[in-house]
Amino acid sequence: MAEINMRQAISDALWEEMERDEKVFIMGEEVGVWGGTYAVTKGFYDHFGAKRVKDTPIAEAAIVGAGIGAALVGLRPVAELMTINFAFVAMDHIVNEAPKLHTMFGGQMKVPLVIRTAGGGGRQLGATHSQTPDAIFAHFPGLKVVSPGTPADAKGLLKAAIRDDDPVLYIEHAAMYQVKGEVPTGDFTVPIGVSKVQREGSDVTIVSYCRGLQLSMLAAEQLAVEGISAEVVDLRSLRPLDMGPVIESFKKTNRAVVVEEGWPSYGVGAEVSTRLYEEAFDYADAPIKRVGQKEVPLPYNRELEQSALPQVADVIAAVKEVL
Amino acid sequence: MTLKKNDHLEFYRQMVLIRRVEERSAELYQQGKIGGFLHLYIGQEAVSTGLISVRRPEDRVITAYRDHGVAINVGIPAKQVLAELLGKETGISKGRGGSMHMADVSKNYWGGHAIVGAHLPIAAGMALGDQYQGNKGVTICMFGDGATNIGFFHEGVNLSKVWNLPVLWVCENNQYGMGTAVERASAVGEIHKKAEGYGIPHSRLDDGMDIMKVREASAAALEQVRSGKGPYFLEIVTYRFQGHSMGDPQRYRQKEEVTQWEKTDPIGIYNRYLVEQEIATKADLEKVEEAVEAEVKEAVEFAETSPDPALDTLFDYMYTDKEQNHG
Ligand SMILES: Cc1ncc(C[n+]2csc(CCOP(=O)(O)OP(=O)(O)O)c2C)c(N)n1
Ligand SMILES: [Mg+2]
Repeated sequence: MAEINMRQAISDALWEEMERDEKVFIMGEEVGVWGGTYAVTKGFYDHFGAKRVKDTPIAEAAIVGAGIGAALVGLRPVAELMTINFAFVAMDHIVNEAPKLHTMFGGQMKVPLVIRTAGGGGRQLGATHSQTPDAIFAHFPGLKVVSPGTPADAKGLLKAAIRDDDPVLYIEHAAMYQVKGEVPTGDFTVPIGVSKVQREGSDVTIVSYCRGLQLSMLAAEQLAVEGISAEVVDLRSLRPLDMGPVIESFKKTNRAVVVEEGWPSYGVGAEVSTRLYEEAFDYADAPIKRVGQKEVPLPYNRELEQSALPQVADVIAAVKEVL
Repeated sequence: MTLKKNDHLEFYRQMVLIRRVEERSAELYQQGKIGGFLHLYIGQEAVSTGLISVRRPEDRVITAYRDHGVAINVGIPAKQVLAELLGKETGISKGRGGSMHMADVSKNYWGGHAIVGAHLPIAAGMALGDQYQGNKGVTICMFGDGATNIGFFHEGVNLSKVWNLPVLWVCENNQYGMGTAVERASAVGEIHKKAEGYGIPHSRLDDGMDIMKVREASAAALEQVRSGKGPYFLEIVTYRFQGHSMGDPQRYRQKEEVTQWEKTDPIGIYNRYLVEQEIATKADLEKVEEAVEAEVKEAVEFAETSPDPALDTLFDYMYTDKEQNHG
């Protein structure tokens, strides 16, 4: 184990995978000479060279589309979209090409592509640059969507994504690169589609992922001081979605709060709570609560922006409502 | 590249086979046996037949949804094309793709893509994969005139030049994108000139109804890409004799225009050429036509009697890991 931050964990995963397999390469805007918009690929260009660290034009459809093409013919591309807000101009390739080809041609084609991107708000970038639209992408069968909340999962999930034969959208949080955590040394993967209990508890189940996980863990700590024992389940993958540990926990606590950074409408919380009602209705002792972003395009002003984003206090308040 | 009589007869066979398959498909569609959209290739047979005839096995082929012709040219048996149209398990895409999504990866044919222009960046990526791995082939990417107005086109074509990728861009200009004539949708009438903006060498073949001319233009273009000079852009002018898809009332063009073009039927042109040049006799060609007739009859029978995919295979092929294939 070593304590490293999220940026390092992601960078290490990429580096090690590129060292391990010649077929792995990265492409995207400013991934090379610049060193990555969030400095995740700093030093890669000098070490791996222009062939394997490809700077691209500002052409998101071409980045994802060319990633699909290269994956079809035997490579393992990691196509980077500078932020998830730019994924919309590549929407067709992300949701309508990559996840369709294997199934639509009767299993003839494989698309071992990773689309790496960063989302999230809280950095005063205004409405167009601060979104958490993860649920939109998780809507599409055939695509895998993962979004780690700890450095260890960040590393293990990225390695798993690169080795996976299906297209994986890997969503980081742009405000979490400094978050530190214990990461196993050496090579390891974290399976895609497997949720994990990050903190054990008995009074209430908090379900979350990515930045929401961070809020939930902080909330659980504060709740513990007040004598409330919260269990925190980290989804880690939004598709395939592993409800097993969530349902198990809910059967024990009979109360749940789902925390996400995105808008709750049609979101992750909507999905998880519905599944809990469908599969464990008899265990519910209180209506399940959702915590998410206020339903508004995110403003620039710092106070306004923070007032719209979910906070630790919101998670605590929601927990107290379901108790 | 001197052709033998048998080569000619094979090209002729493919063109007639495409025509007959399309005619039968139209009937099957009318009978309600084919669902969804059906875009016929009738009138454009010389384009894909000529182009594919000069491609080598290592050259990848990818096209849009008007894909039955190419499917036959790359060697997918007519029965697997028809079975796919009927949605059968024996179809080339196991009944999952339909008319617009036919591929045979074993023949280096990558489909059949139904979102206009979306396959252009994918083609660039396939060429990147070959360049990266030191493979020899050229990626041949076919698309319509209408596709040159969408952003994907510009992103894909630009990227191919930025990275000097081995791609042959082939624009099949059949003069309409659905009901919109080229000049009503494209700021540049001569589509190949769009390549100029990306520093890509380009040319236009005005007569895409003559397979010999298509072969010549395609061979030259392919040679250019093979020689390592990067991408090349070839526009081939042609015409579709039928509507855009089944049930198109064709209000956007005059009957006379269609009749005029029908005089340049690519199969008729080739037939006359072969007879006049004394490459083949009328009897030779009739024999080919009869064989095709029989093949299509058998193919339709095969398709009609083939099983539908079993309902419990619904989730097959969603993910490569079978464990994850459930609702
Ligand atoms: C992105 C997108 N927009 C619209 C359509 C609907 N559509 C299907 S074919 C077509 C016309 C395309 O024309 P062209 O590229 O010239 O090909 P052709 O049909 O003439 O072979 C349109 C608009 C589509 N499939 N994809
Ligand atoms: Mg057209």
